[in-house]
Amino acid sequence: MAVTVPAAAGQGAAVKGTSLWQDAWRRLRKNRLAVAGLFIVGFVVLASLAGPPIIEWTTGYTYDYIPRDSALIRAMPPLTGPDGSFSWTHPMGTDNAGRDILARVLLGGRISLMVGLISTLVSLVIGVTYGAAAGYLGGQLDDLMMRIVDVLYALPYMMIVIVLLAMFGGQSPFGQLILLFISLGAVSWLTTARIVRGQVISLKNQEFVLAARATGVSALRIVTRHLVPNTLGPVIVYATLTIPSVMLLEAFLSFLGIGVQAPLASWGSLAADGIQNIAIFPWQLICPGVTMAVTLFSLNFLGDGLRDALDPQMRKG
Amino acid sequence: MGAAPLLSVRDLRTYFDEEGQTARAVDGVSFDLARGETLGIVGESGSGKTVTNLSILRLVPAPPGRIVGGQILFDGRDLLSLSDSDLRKVRGKRIGMIFQDPMTSLNPFMRISRQLMEVTELHLGHSRAEAFEHAVKMLELVGIPDARRRARGYPHELSGGMRQRVMIAMALSCRPELIIADEPTTALDVTIQAQILDLIRQLKADTGTSVILITHDLGVVAGMTDRLIVMYAGKVFESGSTVEIFARPANPYTRGLLLSVPDVTAMDRGDLYQIRGLPPDVAHLPPGCPFAPRCDRAEARCRETAPPMVQVAPGHFSLCHFADEVYAAPAGQPVMSGSR
Repeated sequence: MAVTVPAAAGQGAAVKGTSLWQDAWRRLRKNRLAVAGLFIVGFVVLASLAGPPIIEWTTGYTYDYIPRDSALIRAMPPLTGPDGSFSWTHPMGTDNAGRDILARVLLGGRISLMVGLISTLVSLVIGVTYGAAAGYLGGQLDDLMMRIVDVLYALPYMMIVIVLLAMFGGQSPFGQLILLFISLGAVSWLTTARIVRGQVISLKNQEFVLAARATGVSALRIVTRHLVPNTLGPVIVYATLTIPSVMLLEAFLSFLGIGVQAPLASWGSLAADGIQNIAIFPWQLICPGVTMAVTLFSLNFLGDGLRDALDPQMRKG
Repeated sequence: MGAAPLLSVRDLRTYFDEEGQTARAVDGVSFDLARGETLGIVGESGSGKTVTNLSILRLVPAPPGRIVGGQILFDGRDLLSLSDSDLRKVRGKRIGMIFQDPMTSLNPFMRISRQLMEVTELHLGHSRAEAFEHAVKMLELVGIPDARRRARGYPHELSGGMRQRVMIAMALSCRPELIIADEPTTALDVTIQAQILDLIRQLKADTGTSVILITHDLGVVAGMTDRLIVMYAGKVFESGSTVEIFARPANPYTRGLLLSVPDVTAMDRGDLYQIRGLPPDVAHLPPGCPFAPRCDRAEARCRETAPPMVQVAPGHFSLCHFADEVYAAPAGQPVMSGSR
């Protein structure tokens, strides 16, 4: 059908579209601390992925390799060879069994980052689903669901995790890891649920939701396609701040000896090993401890930077 | 008319429960709409225009609002008794809606193309590629320049008038038999208003759809509609052909509305007529005629008994005790009580 329609005014020069994400990225780049955080986190992730095979290829050490030569089964300080002279073989030294600490810290990084990421993902899935359902359905069901969240808030989450780990844990190191993902995820979804519920409630009365309903979109699709994507900004910000807090929680549990089980290692369990020898071999605590501290700092700076970038209204000064 | 109407609303009642009170937002509204016809609904804010039209597609927000009674026969089927999934097949496919504020009726997080594609993927079973081509075609149809590139953009990149064009494209995507436009131009500035109205008129002429145009702008109604409904306090106060109502309003309220429009050609620039008072709160309506406290013609019985619906001429109805008298009175001046 050939229709002549009055052309709209403002048919001007080509405007390149900037998506919200591009806009946020531009703002993030201006924040030096966040960029530094991003670089350090990126470096730690790369190093813990690529580091262990490189170390194994160059020196033959893996995270649980104990040298056959009994002269090497002892703690050596960083950058020192068995004869006390300078050496690149063990940049972070060795532990009491002669294992390379750098290899163990990098493996611990893998485990710690994995726990942080996967547990946060688990908490996101639970929190977003729960919060979106409560917010969209509303009414008494919403009241009930949110009171349950309030009750869970009041419980000491650390105790829940310890009870879960004590009840189901202790089979295999790998099984313990899975249990850690689930139990840490299961205690950190509450705030996400609240954030998503609040967002959904304020969004569901907006006209674009009415417009979507008027075109015959089903309720499930409205929630998944129209409402949840609109809540992503605050959810992403909260998630980036959840990752370091979950990692800290995991380190704490592993430090107590109920988290990651040997022969696997995490930064928490390495610190626990190191603290026993702190007076004589301080590098055994300092190396994993500093790595963890720097990584957590960086993640927090990155999270703060993302909050400023994704929510410019919140930014002051 | 003769043939069965496309849409027939019968005695529709939509109430809102608020803090123990019941607001009768729509109270016994009835009207017919023939195929290809344009119906205007006018009234002040809070007169029930929007709720009437949200009720047609059962979009009234559910907890406070409820449709208490009536029938909405669309092509012979009662929309009020359809199942939710059957109703969704009518929404967007056979009845399209255009909303008042184009700035908020598009999802800010979705590309324009995705929002248009959602409708046709849902109702016409389009594949992604087909839906995208269709979306571009629709955007071209509503006069968006460089549609293919615009489609990939986000709503915030468009001006209000452009977004309203996108909304119109969305409403028209499945070639619906009825389009409900709820104050489509209120949020736009005057020159864009004219463009959008031209566009609706043009598309209506090409596709032959029926249109319900809700507005409080009498100028828009005069130029666009075949028939007219005047609403007040949730009731239909007057209905008839637009030409007839403008020439011989049979209700003091309609007469008041028409007299309140400034006439730029008038030589005698006296004070502009205005209707006294404010629209009533539909939760606390007076016992008789809801307009009685503001009416020039009101007498004691207006305040006591509800007025009847009087047919003053074929197809021309008015809800007033004095409908015939007002109909007969000379146009262009208010009808006072005791004037005869």
